[in-house]
Amino acid sequence: MLDTLSHNTIGKQDAIAFKLADQDFCISIGCVREIRGWAPTTVLPHAPEYVRGVINLRGSVVTVVDLSARLGFGTSEPTERHVVIIAMHEGRVVGLLADLVSDIVTISDDNIQPVPDIASDPAREFISGMITFEDGRILRKIDLERLLPTSPSMPS
Amino acid sequence: MSDMDEFLEMFFAECDELLEGVATGLRQMDSSEYEKETVHAVFRAVHSVKGGAAAFGLSDLVSFAHKFETVLDLVRSDALDPDPRLMAVLHRSSDCLADLVEAARKSIDPDHARREELLGELEKLIGVKDENENDDDVEFEPISIDLMSFDAPEVPESYRIFFEPNADLYRSGNDPVAIIRALDKLGETDITIDTARVPVLSEWDDSTPVLGWTVLLRTTASTAAIEDVFEFVEDCCKLEITALVAEQGDEGDGTAQTSSEDFPTVDVTAQQVQETTDDQAETVSTKAAFSPLAPTSANAGSEGRAVKSSETSSSATIRVSLDRVDKLMNMIGELVIKEAMLSQVIQTAGFAEDPEVKGGLESLRQLAGDIQESVMAIRAQPLKQVFQRMHRILREAAEATGKQVRLVTSGEQTEVDKTMIERLIDPLTHMIRNSVDHGLEDAITRKRNGKPQEGTVTLSAAHKSGRVQIEVSDNGCGINRARVRQIAEEKGLIAPGATLSPAEIDSLLFLPGFSSKSEVSALSGRGVGLDVVRREIMALGGRVMISSSEGKGTTFTITLPLTLAVLEGMLIQLNNQTMVLPITAVQETLRPEQSSLHGIGRSGRTLSNRDELIPIIDLGCIFGFREKPSASDEGVLIVVETDGHKRAAFQVDAIFDQRQVVIKSLEENYGRVPGVSAATILGDGKIALIIDPEEIVLSSHSDQGPEQMALTANG
Repeated sequence: MLDTLSHNTIGKQDAIAFKLADQDFCISIGCVREIRGWAPTTVLPHAPEYVRGVINLRGSVVTVVDLSARLGFGTSEPTERHVVIIAMHEGRVVGLLADLVSDIVTISDDNIQPVPDIASDPAREFISGMITFEDGRILRKIDLERLLPTSPSMPS
Repeated sequence: MSDMDEFLEMFFAECDELLEGVATGLRQMDSSEYEKETVHAVFRAVHSVKGGAAAFGLSDLVSFAHKFETVLDLVRSDALDPDPRLMAVLHRSSDCLADLVEAARKSIDPDHARREELLGELEKLIGVKDENENDDDVEFEPISIDLMSFDAPEVPESYRIFFEPNADLYRSGNDPVAIIRALDKLGETDITIDTARVPVLSEWDDSTPVLGWTVLLRTTASTAAIEDVFEFVEDCCKLEITALVAEQGDEGDGTAQTSSEDFPTVDVTAQQVQETTDDQAETVSTKAAFSPLAPTSANAGSEGRAVKSSETSSSATIRVSLDRVDKLMNMIGELVIKEAMLSQVIQTAGFAEDPEVKGGLESLRQLAGDIQESVMAIRAQPLKQVFQRMHRILREAAEATGKQVRLVTSGEQTEVDKTMIERLIDPLTHMIRNSVDHGLEDAITRKRNGKPQEGTVTLSAAHKSGRVQIEVSDNGCGINRARVRQIAEEKGLIAPGATLSPAEIDSLLFLPGFSSKSEVSALSGRGVGLDVVRREIMALGGRVMISSSEGKGTTFTITLPLTLAVLEGMLIQLNNQTMVLPITAVQETLRPEQSSLHGIGRSGRTLSNRDELIPIIDLGCIFGFREKPSASDEGVLIVVETDGHKRAAFQVDAIFDQRQVVIKSLEENYGRVPGVSAATILGDGKIALIIDPEEIVLSSHSDQGPEQMALTANG
């Protein structure tokens, strides 16, 4: 499990694994800029429930998305131990609030399985694949693009 | 980007300035009391455009500029009288020249029909005077983009160049081959190498160069251009440039021999450029020399000097890409924030009273402020460039409608942010056209109403209480309110019989889908109405207002923030959130007495203040921080006024401070939030939202607002 940090080769990719409501998730390392501790946010009026607010990231205004709320686990009560993963997608920067970052893993494409058809779970929408490990652990791969809030009027 | 592209870009940038000069000059010539120098200046500007265009082979531009210039020369020599008819042609020629430059810049096909038509008119003017009086060749004079200081004869001349590098040349990394190649680019060459001094191998001493070259060059380039090739090596070689006398025997050729010591002085600008980019300069001069229009300048000396001197004075400016300035601006924003953070930390640590810390911090703050102001000054540009363009728009609009119109501008020097300048052009164009088309009556009606036949459109700008105010007004018939009302009712924009104040009726013009002219004219009324103008101005953080008096005219007033980067704000507290309210909107703040508060119905509340009833809006409700408005006697009321003179009292929990804040876009990474215009970063590093009072007041006339706001938010 504790693979050495390898460069992306064909059929392999690195991902950051994190925990959320006792489930393991991961996100492609390519889009992660940094990981920060939780700090209080500025609340945005009329924002969807999963938008935690905005923080100051060295001078730019970055939206923080509460992954737990977004994936349907209910809003989290962030403490100092919570982390914000700063990710970038197509020029837009977003912070993802997670419980804790657990690992950096190398995933080979062979291990990625399609998401089973579970009826209408909100999380299903944002997970692009399941990664199985020999020790029985399972990582759910988050699709950042689907996760991003497009605008305040976006249906939650 | 290739060197050539870079030069082209410089040429176009310079063209913009020159064309602006032409337009200004021509306007001065409109009045009868102009100075002779004005005509000279216009002539020189057109000429410079031509010179540059010739160097880049832009033949359409060259031929047009040439005719234009010929007419100007006739005016200059008093052969043609600048009467209004002639001036009209000149104005249109200047517009056409600008179009041709624009077409060349975008590499698109120019409007040939228009060009031909004007060329015809210009030719007719030239025909008035015998053209032969003007010797065409005399007029050519090379002053395009400072790079070409050639006075090349059109007939190729032959030179013999003897070039023998000494050891220093090799030591400094120069390569004779490159130099010879450069010569080859200037024209036909015949190169012989002198190997006489090459010793036998056993006596070889590699520290002493032994080779020399004799180049026979046949070129149209000038001696100076040839000398330029050797510019960097002149000190470390033996160099002889001999002009070979043509067969016919032109005895008086002064450029017989130039030793490397007494180089003729090249004008400073050209030299500077050449020093930095040897190769580039070379390409250009070569290109210029080959161009079929490569000019001779027999007697253009005086003009040349005059232009040079004016160019030298303008060479104190540099062109910097806007990105760099923006980056600098961002960093300064950071600096201001960091400074605020630092002072807060010092405060908490309890050092704030230490005189040295206090003084140091104070000067740091001052410095940060100064730097910020300087950078903003870099971005600030006079509105002149926009106003200049409007002259042309007006002329075209007047032509299209057949009305006689004059444009009066004032306050052109008012400076606004660069980005705003660019984005003001479209709305202003639209408003000017609107004024000519809809605002002004035709000459007959005007005469009947006892007004001067010529209508006037006034474009003015001024700084007003921290904002820039631009006014477009006409002395036309004013808004026909009955008609406006009727149209609005017909189009279903308002309910029939609704009570509207005159100002409200005027504002109907800004509604989308409102166009009062029944027939669509070619000019305005193409479906894009004043609503587009308003939207564009609002996107700049500005407002548009309209006022009109029947029979006297209409005035549009645009107010804009000075900068899009910083604003002066009042820091307020709402439910433990800090927010910023732009100070420009704030009229007064007060802690209301119970007696001045009156409820209306179940939830509406008003404040009676200075004999006026003002609706109270609880910002906490607006932003969804609390369900029910807090009790009226709690907190503070801030009376704000919108640009449309609507007032409201914002109820907030507390007011902290007033300070400059750096505007950060919220839309970049998130999206629009109703009632919020942007965000900023406070001294403690936290983000505060900047309230848009205008939007809040307009979208909620009382405390019933929240539902409305929420509706827009989730819709």
